[in-house]
Amino acid sequence: MADQNEILAGLAEIVNEETGVETADVQLEKSFTEDLDIDSISMMTIVVNAEEKFGVTIPDEEVKNLKTVGDAVSFIENAS
Amino acid sequence: MSRTVVVTGLGAISPIGSSADQMWQNALQGVSGVKALTDEWVAEYDLPVYIAGRISHPVSESEFITRVEAKRLDPSGQYAVHSARQAWKDAGFSGEDAEDSEELDPERVGVSYATGIGGVWTLLDSWDTLRERGPRRVMPMTVPMLMPNGSAAAIALNHKARAAAQTVVSACASGTESIHIGLELIRSGKADVVITGGTEASIHPLPLAAFARMQALSTRNDEPERASRPYDLDRDGFVMGEGAAALVLESEEHAKARGARIYAELAGTGVSSDAFHITAPDNEGEGAARSLREAMESGDFAARDVVHVNAHATSTPVGDIPEATALRRAFGDATDDIAVSATKSMTGHLLGAAGAIESVMTVLAVHDHKAPATINLENKDPKIDLDVVTEARDLPSGQIVAVSNSFGFGGHNAVAAFRSVS
Repeated sequence: MADQNEILAGLAEIVNEETGVETADVQLEKSFTEDLDIDSISMMTIVVNAEEKFGVTIPDEEVKNLKTVGDAVSFIENAS
Repeated sequence: MSRTVVVTGLGAISPIGSSADQMWQNALQGVSGVKALTDEWVAEYDLPVYIAGRISHPVSESEFITRVEAKRLDPSGQYAVHSARQAWKDAGFSGEDAEDSEELDPERVGVSYATGIGGVWTLLDSWDTLRERGPRRVMPMTVPMLMPNGSAAAIALNHKARAAAQTVVSACASGTESIHIGLELIRSGKADVVITGGTEASIHPLPLAAFARMQALSTRNDEPERASRPYDLDRDGFVMGEGAAALVLESEEHAKARGARIYAELAGTGVSSDAFHITAPDNEGEGAARSLREAMESGDFAARDVVHVNAHATSTPVGDIPEATALRRAFGDATDDIAVSATKSMTGHLLGAAGAIESVMTVLAVHDHKAPATINLENKDPKIDLDVVTEARDLPSGQIVAVSNSFGFGGHNAVAAFRSVS
């Protein structure tokens, strides 16, 4: 099972691949939309790539609750 | 009063070069961009045709497009954005876009950018993804990537062009018709600057198989560089090409006010519809001749002023002859003195980008007073009563006019005429 740091590092790679945001900028307190300027379309791709990488399911209706990187990391940690 | 329109920027990514200048130098030297395809799908599907004109330099190695941008664009969109950025830079605007260029008003900068087929790779890849991996794996960007107006929209977004962003889709006439619309946008007074052009990225097994079933493609697979041979007796079809080109059109007044370098005047354009057959051109060439006459009227020039034609000439047995007939119908005996080049002999046929690529070459032809080569013309078809330029040659000095023709499946005819400026 992945710990929080491993999930954060993996998520940062996915975000970087999809949007070009530097991995170092993907920090727990950062908001996807406000701080990282990630739109809803990119978010959908990040979500399915995260599902694949971490072997979890993130329902579409849950995505709107993942406002910060920390929200996503916690969700993945609890779901895995 | 009609406003004079000039060309101030050029961009191209093509089978014979990834800039307008590189493409032009290769067209003067008679370089072929047609090669055998080595993709694994050629063998997988046992395709009857496996030659094409791929872009000479991959966009992944280009300074004009980033990795992340490329992920959100179909290959046709990548080529389009690439060509528009080249043309924008070439036009010498002070900023990256219309908002940060003080000489431009974004609401008076437009886009008229065409495609023949649009995002066919995205459409078909996404269909494969749906079938193999289910709906959740279909890319969220699939629709904007496959829509034919995706390229025009991406260019408008990039350069903050807010006057209009239009896409004409008229098969192989699309690229030239986009220039026609750009001219109208400036002449009507709506825009000062319009980025025009066309893109195509359809070297995919399905279009190859489909065009091959129409008997439209050359099957000279063992001699790729000799396969595209317009006007030659042994021509057996066209060769698919890919790429994009962009021309920045600008009102002369606006261009002069900012001290821009002017390549040529876009003298006039003409468009018409055959309403004759869904794929075959009118044998008598009357539809094409009408578009040529309209270009003469639009551009206020006479047949005697025309020194060069970049012909549509795709190298199909049936297509090349009616165009020759049309030229004679429109230009009469003056046709004898026109140097005709068929540059698809080198690039292959770029479908919706063809008119843009060939217009770039025609602009450079009047600018440099040179007609580009037509390669592979070994035994000229006696039905072709034209002075075909086999090796690049000088055009007359003084003020000259040159014409680029494009005709598309569906009976679409489009002509752009360029005049030299002193």
